[in-house]
Amino acid sequence: MFSRETVLFLIALGLATVLVPLANLALAPESVGHVPTYVVSLLGKYLCYALLAISVDLVWGFCGILSLGHGAFFALGGYVMGMHLMRGIGDRGVYGHPTLPDFMVFLDWKELPWYWHGLDMFPLAALLVFLVPGALAFTLGWFAFRSRVTGVYLSIITQAMTFALMLAFFRNDMGFGGNNGMTDFKELLGFDLQSDGMRNALYVASALALGFGYLLSRAITTSKLGRLLAGIRDAEARTRFLGYRVEHYKLFVFTVSAMLAGLAGALYVPQVGIINPSEFAPAISIEIVIWVAVGGRGTLWGAALGAFAINYAKTYFTGALPDAWLFVLGGLFIVSTLFLPKGIAGLLRAVAGRWPKPSARPALKPATAEAGDD
Amino acid sequence: MTNIIGGSAMREEQILYLDGITVSFDGFRALDNLSLVFDVGQLRAIIGPNGAGKTTLMDVITGLTRPDSGEIFFQGDVDLSKLDEAAIANLGIGRKFQKPTVFESHSVFDNLELALKAERGVFATLFARLTATQRERIEAVLETIALTDVRDEIAGTLSHGQKQWLEIGMLVMQEPDLLLVDEPVAGMTDAETAQTATLLKEIARTRSVIVVEHDMAFVRDLEAPVTVLHEGRVLAEGTLDAMQNDERVIDVYLGR
Repeated sequence: MFSRETVLFLIALGLATVLVPLANLALAPESVGHVPTYVVSLLGKYLCYALLAISVDLVWGFCGILSLGHGAFFALGGYVMGMHLMRGIGDRGVYGHPTLPDFMVFLDWKELPWYWHGLDMFPLAALLVFLVPGALAFTLGWFAFRSRVTGVYLSIITQAMTFALMLAFFRNDMGFGGNNGMTDFKELLGFDLQSDGMRNALYVASALALGFGYLLSRAITTSKLGRLLAGIRDAEARTRFLGYRVEHYKLFVFTVSAMLAGLAGALYVPQVGIINPSEFAPAISIEIVIWVAVGGRGTLWGAALGAFAINYAKTYFTGALPDAWLFVLGGLFIVSTLFLPKGIAGLLRAVAGRWPKPSARPALKPATAEAGDD
Repeated sequence: MTNIIGGSAMREEQILYLDGITVSFDGFRALDNLSLVFDVGQLRAIIGPNGAGKTTLMDVITGLTRPDSGEIFFQGDVDLSKLDEAAIANLGIGRKFQKPTVFESHSVFDNLELALKAERGVFATLFARLTATQRERIEAVLETIALTDVRDEIAGTLSHGQKQWLEIGMLVMQEPDLLLVDEPVAGMTDAETAQTATLLKEIARTRSVIVVEHDMAFVRDLEAPVTVLHEGRVLAEGTLDAMQNDERVIDVYLGR
């Protein structure tokens, strides 16, 4: 039922899901193999990035939609979670107001804006984590795809979208904490966010979300719809003249992808403990595309791997050689474009001697990765 | 062209009815008050020098280009000038492009599967599973277009001629009532050209087919009535022999 790559990916993810919390909770802090809690959260953050990368790969690698604005969907999911966490602070804020978050008290607001209502309820917040980014993607996609905006023009629109949102969220009167965003979160679902148990639970939730996002994307890309998406990517006019409404398909996959990005953002925020408008920065969205390109576009697992590898490198370099990081990132992108057009995934496939071969009827096969570089 | 001006009762016998179609690009009239009719079940060849408006005509029929003026009806009363490409394709009009356009990263089989006449909705496509009957249909078309041996090859690896056939096969999978075939033998060997003529004649036994082509040997093989376009208008219609002896046709082709 699953390809070998999918099985390997799921095994690796499953092992990571179990072993990391085990190594954190079951092993004594001084013993060999113990994973400190801050590392658990760091890995959890990487898992969220990996899910974000998969969401970008779903639209870019499989349908040719180069979104340079997925950071916005991620940030919106994060903001919804941030609002829920702010409500969860209750009267434990610096100003001790029973309902208003600190920043509203500071701005001398008297009551909660309407869009903050109900977010104290976790089920509603969880739903909005999907719906808010989904609605934005649907609206933007509706206009863009219907008007047949494609290629670099679409990329520019998505980039402009995230930039506009960043400017908007910087404003205090938007009611999202302005420049400082939201932080000082206390608890989620009644559990202390700083506790080891909660840190591990968030890590496991991120791993499960990544597995879910991977399987959902895999199900879409291996279906007939997935083959059609690749057809749209490679010969859009052909699909139209076969009677497919291209804009509907693009809208579907773009919206699903934005929802996955929102989920990633929602799991990211409680682990890093802050959300602010810098998450909307255009450069972040571009960086996500680099993760996918370096990891291997059109493979899903390659995108996840790319997110992991680059963010690990980023953590290392920003610690060891802070000034060098951007040069390393740019260098990686150039090297992978010139020498590894199929990314790390392509390299691994080559090493494994499994170059995409046309075989009977595999699911949406490695061939997509091959066609994916242009 | 007075014979084609009639009510919808007359149009009913016709698969395609165009009256007074004009298309201009920046003042250049690609189609100039063009009127044409195509009967149901007919195989017809359209020839004409470069710039005669052949491809623009196909663009107008398939909804890619909107005519500035004029009427265009399919099967009597369906007004094509109001519909987009997908709607027109689903009505039963298939189009082969001048440059063979297939899904290069998919197998030959998958190309045909995507073309298969089926529900075109997003969720219908997401949950689609091939039935035994559909699989047989694909196999049958593979046989017709002589690509059974390469059914699992990636379409991008096919020869130019094979891609042309695959695209024709994809049209057949749509089960259209009308096929528009733009230069199907460009870049083909003589043997492939002859085979293509046989293939199109076979298809035309059950469907209406309009072929645009430059290759006169191929047009002769089609044994079909010929329409000559020139500067966006119909210059002459008749058998190929009659056309080749027609002074006006000779003039435009030789540029006298």
